[in-house]
Parts: sequence; structure tokens; C-alpha cells
Amino acid sequence: MNTTPSAIDIRDLTHRYGRRVALADLTLQIEPGEMFAILGPNGCGKTTLFRLLSTLMRLQSGSVYVLGKQLPQQSDEVRRRIGVVFQSPSLDRKLTVGENLRFQAALYGIRGRALVQRQQELLDHLGLADRIHERTEHLSGGLRRRVELAKGMLHRPSLLLLDEPSTGLDPGARTDLWRYLEWLRDEHQVTVVLTTHLLDEAERADRIAIFSQGRLVALDHPEALKASIGGDSITIRGQDSATLRQAIADRFQVAAKVIDGHVRFEHPDGAQILARVMEAFSDRIQSITLGRPSLEDVFIDKTGHRFWSHGEDDAAT
Amino acid sequence: MMQRPEDTIPDRGGSNDRTTACPWRASITLAWREILRFLRQGSRVVGAIGQPVIFWIFFSAGFDRNFRLEAGSEGQVASFAEYYFPGTLVLILLFTAIFSTISLIEDRREGFLQSVLVAPLPRWSMVLGKVAGGAVLAVIQGGLFLLLALTLPVEFSFWKLVQIAALMLLASLGLTSLGFTIAWRMESTQGFHAIMTVFLMPLWLLSGAFFPVPALAADSTWLQIGLYGIMQVNPLTYTVAGMHQLLYDGPLSSALDLPPMVFCWWVTIVATVLMFFAACWTATGSSRAGP
Repeated sequence: MNTTPSAIDIRDLTHRYGRRVALADLTLQIEPGEMFAILGPNGCGKTTLFRLLSTLMRLQSGSVYVLGKQLPQQSDEVRRRIGVVFQSPSLDRKLTVGENLRFQAALYGIRGRALVQRQQELLDHLGLADRIHERTEHLSGGLRRRVELAKGMLHRPSLLLLDEPSTGLDPGARTDLWRYLEWLRDEHQVTVVLTTHLLDEAERADRIAIFSQGRLVALDHPEALKASIGGDSITIRGQDSATLRQAIADRFQVAAKVIDGHVRFEHPDGAQILARVMEAFSDRIQSITLGRPSLEDVFIDKTGHRFWSHGEDDAAT
Repeated sequence: MMQRPEDTIPDRGGSNDRTTACPWRASITLAWREILRFLRQGSRVVGAIGQPVIFWIFFSAGFDRNFRLEAGSEGQVASFAEYYFPGTLVLILLFTAIFSTISLIEDRREGFLQSVLVAPLPRWSMVLGKVAGGAVLAVIQGGLFLLLALTLPVEFSFWKLVQIAALMLLASLGLTSLGFTIAWRMESTQGFHAIMTVFLMPLWLLSGAFFPVPALAADSTWLQIGLYGIMQVNPLTYTVAGMHQLLYDGPLSSALDLPPMVFCWWVTIVATVLMFFAACWTATGSSRAGP
């Protein structure tokens, strides 16, 4: 019997744009206090899921509970409890940092001493205290993202939803962002749910849901996902990939596939098999690479195509 | 058996001090944001008031000799500058309404309004904030233009100014609501400009702002009859007519054969309320739409 309450509980969720299916029969539970990444290439359905969870779009079918409140019947209750950080800027560029926060506070009924206190706390923690009177149009991308975070956290939500939060940030700003998200999770037990198309970013999450073409194809801890691959990955570029794949599969008894013109397979002892393949087919191989299992390998294993391939429809964000 | 989520989840993390936003207060804040933004974008002032003023000056000079507005034995009762003044005032209100709502198109997809849409507020609160902000700006600009009436034979009184301000405010609320309703459904600002050209400008043009409602006669063409019909059902006709009567209570108003003032008030009020509800309905229904 499962007695653990979920921060997000999704059952049989399907969403269509006209005849095109953006999310297909999704069932997913996200636990309180976890850092959860929704990973997938453009058009995989992750932004649709973000918009549904953030109450920007109405459900078509299936059921969704956010922090125990059902959508869409209890949308207002959900809105009070979640913080949302959008991919595209939601700051008013003509207003100062302080004005943006005050206007956000008005939307949640925060004012007076509570507003001053929360604003100060957030600005101090996010290193924005000396920017309060600066118009946001004059801030760098990293600082603007911090103001977005401050806006999202002003009403002290239990759940923070972020859509592609690293987009447009330099590596330093990305590190800052993640440090802050981890602090929220660890110190304030905030459930953090973010969408991303960056494989290395997703690895920092506690659990990852991998989406492809509107379907959930994998769900687990990053290490567990990579361990499911069954060894190192070998990728070979050759002249006739189909024939080469057949020859390698026959000779070494491995489940080789052709992915985007490359022969690819996994093996528990990558270094040893690499040497043997090279010895046997050196005249037909242009390049060969050996890698530890990555999330892209998981994606390929589950979907049969590479993470960034034309298989995903960009329009289906 | 799996527990129902609503039975099990505890409120956590600061939920005890969670307060509820007052929709009216939020509306005032959003309206104030409109005004602040406006003050920080000088080009918008020029855009909304500049073109109508230029039109008024040039058209007044150009049509001065050809414009005839006679009342019985009194002969010519007004210059074109006088006749066209209330129409220009309404055009300023229309332009300000358009400029304040056109930003919606991008603002709700990639701007500040995204945050408003996920806040625990009724949609009417957001619509009222946006519309009221735009309307206040329109009234201020209309008021500035009204200073030019000092060059015309207009007698002002305090009561007259109050009525003019009230009519401007009502008309601005209606026009901003109309702009909101159109902009909310638009994918691009180019689309809005198209609507402005084929709908909003003709709406103004056929309101008696630029030429009087034609009187029907036995030899009127179908086109004139159609024009008469459109101008009669155009709510803006009654705003312009009301403005004519408030500014000129002498022979000019009687020469134009205008509808009773009380009727002008009522049509403007009803049209404004209907447009506001249309804007609220549009904004509420949109959550069913795609991305």
C-alpha cells in the first residue's frame, strides 16, 4: 500500500492540439521535496505538461492533483501554493527590480511588513540587494533570472515549477541557479520541478522523467537510468553502416543498432570489445568511440533515435 | 489501496501565513503599472496624441472653405475645426486604447502578464486593471488636447468639464475593453494593425467624427442608406454626438440634428459595460486554448 502523498499526481493525462497528440496517456507521481527534471528534446511535450501543471491550460482528459488539489476544479488553491518561473521573461523591463517584486506581491495579497521582509530576504539571498532600484532592462540575463526566481518564491510556495530555467544563462549563472534550487530543496523542503532539454543539467536532479514525442519513455534516478543501459556504449562510423552492423552483431553476439548512420551497441567491457572490433573491421571503420553510459544513451535505448533528431516535432512544444 | 492525494497531502512551507489577494487592490496595482510604463516610454505619448492633433490642424485648414454646416436662417454655424474637434478627441481616446492594449499580444506570451495568469486572481481583476490603466491614460491625453479648445468659441464651466471627463472615461473604458478583446485573440501585432485598419478606424470614421450622419432623402442611394444605418447603430456615434453637445450647446448642436443627450449617455454606458464583459469573457475562455 502506497501511503506517501505526492506533490504532483498525474493519472492517464492526454492532451491534443487538434489531431496531434502532445501528451499521451501520462501517469506520473512526483514526491514532496524532490528535485525532479522533465527531460526531452523540443516538441516532446514537456512544455505542454508545464503549462498544464501551472494552470495556464485546461486539462482535456485524465486527472492531475497538485499538492493535493485537483485541477482544474481547485485551480485557485493550486495557484496559491505553486511558484512558476517561465522560460520567456515575465519581468516588466520598464520597471525596477523592486517594482517588479511589489507588483508580483500585490497579485498574492502580500503587503506591508510581510512584503518588506520577504523582499529583503530574497534579494539578500539572491545577491540582488544593491539592484533593487535598477530597471530590469539594464540587468544581465543571469541577474534577470534571479529576479524571476525571487518573483516565483515571493509567496513562499511549496512547489516551484520552472520551464527551461537555464536557457540563455552562461555556465556561471547556471551554477548559481542550481545552487539556489538545491538550497530551496534542502533548507525549505520545496519540491522543485523543472523542464530541460539539457542532458547534463538533468543529471543534477533527484529523479528524471524522459519524454519523447509526448510519451514518458523512462523514469528513475539518473544513476539508475544509466545503469539500466548494461555497460559502456560503443559508437562506430563506417562506410556501410547496415552491413557493418550485421557483421558486428554476428561476430560478437551484441545487439547493435544503426542510429543516424552510426553503428551503436552496449557492452559490459567496452575497452576490450573496442580492441576486438578494431582488429576485425579496421578497414571498414572511419572512427570509433567508447563512452560511459550517458542519459543520451538511455534516450537512444528507449526511443531508438538520438536526442536531437528530426523525430521530434518542434511545433509540439 | 492508493490514497486519494487530496486526503493525504499536508500544507507545507509557509502555507499557514498565506494571504488572499484582494482582486480590487490587484486591479489598482495593474492599472498603476500601465501608467508607470507609459510615463517611461515617451514615444507612446507622441504616438497617441501627435497624429490626431496633426490631423485636426491640417484637416481644419484644408476643409475650412469647403465645409458647410447651416442651421435655418443662421447660415454657417461652425468651422470645420469646431466640428472636427470632438471627433479628434475621440480619436485620441481610440489611439490610446489601441496603444495600451497592443502590448497584450506579447505580454501574455512572453512578458509580465504570464505571472498574472498563474496568480490566484479572478480574470476580471486582471482585465479591469489593464482596461482602467489604459482608460486613465486616455483621459489624461484627452484632457491635454482639450486645452486646444481654448482656441475655439467654447464656453467651459466646471459642470461641463466634469461631464466631458466622465464621457471620456466611459468611452475610454469601452474602447480599451474593445482593444483588449481583439488583442487577446491575436497572434501578432501585425494582425492587430490589420484589424485596426479595417475595423477600428472605420468604426471611428463612421461615428460622425469626420462628417455628420447623412440625412436620408427620397433620392438617397443604397450606399448612403447603408452608411446611415451603420452610423445609427455604431455606439461611437453617440459618444461623438454627446461630446458635440457637451462642447457646443448652441446652434452647432442643433444644426447636426443629434440624438438626445441622455440617449448618448445610455448608449455609451451600455456599450462600455458590454465591451468590458466581452473582454472578461475572452480572457477567461482563453485558458482552454492551445499554447
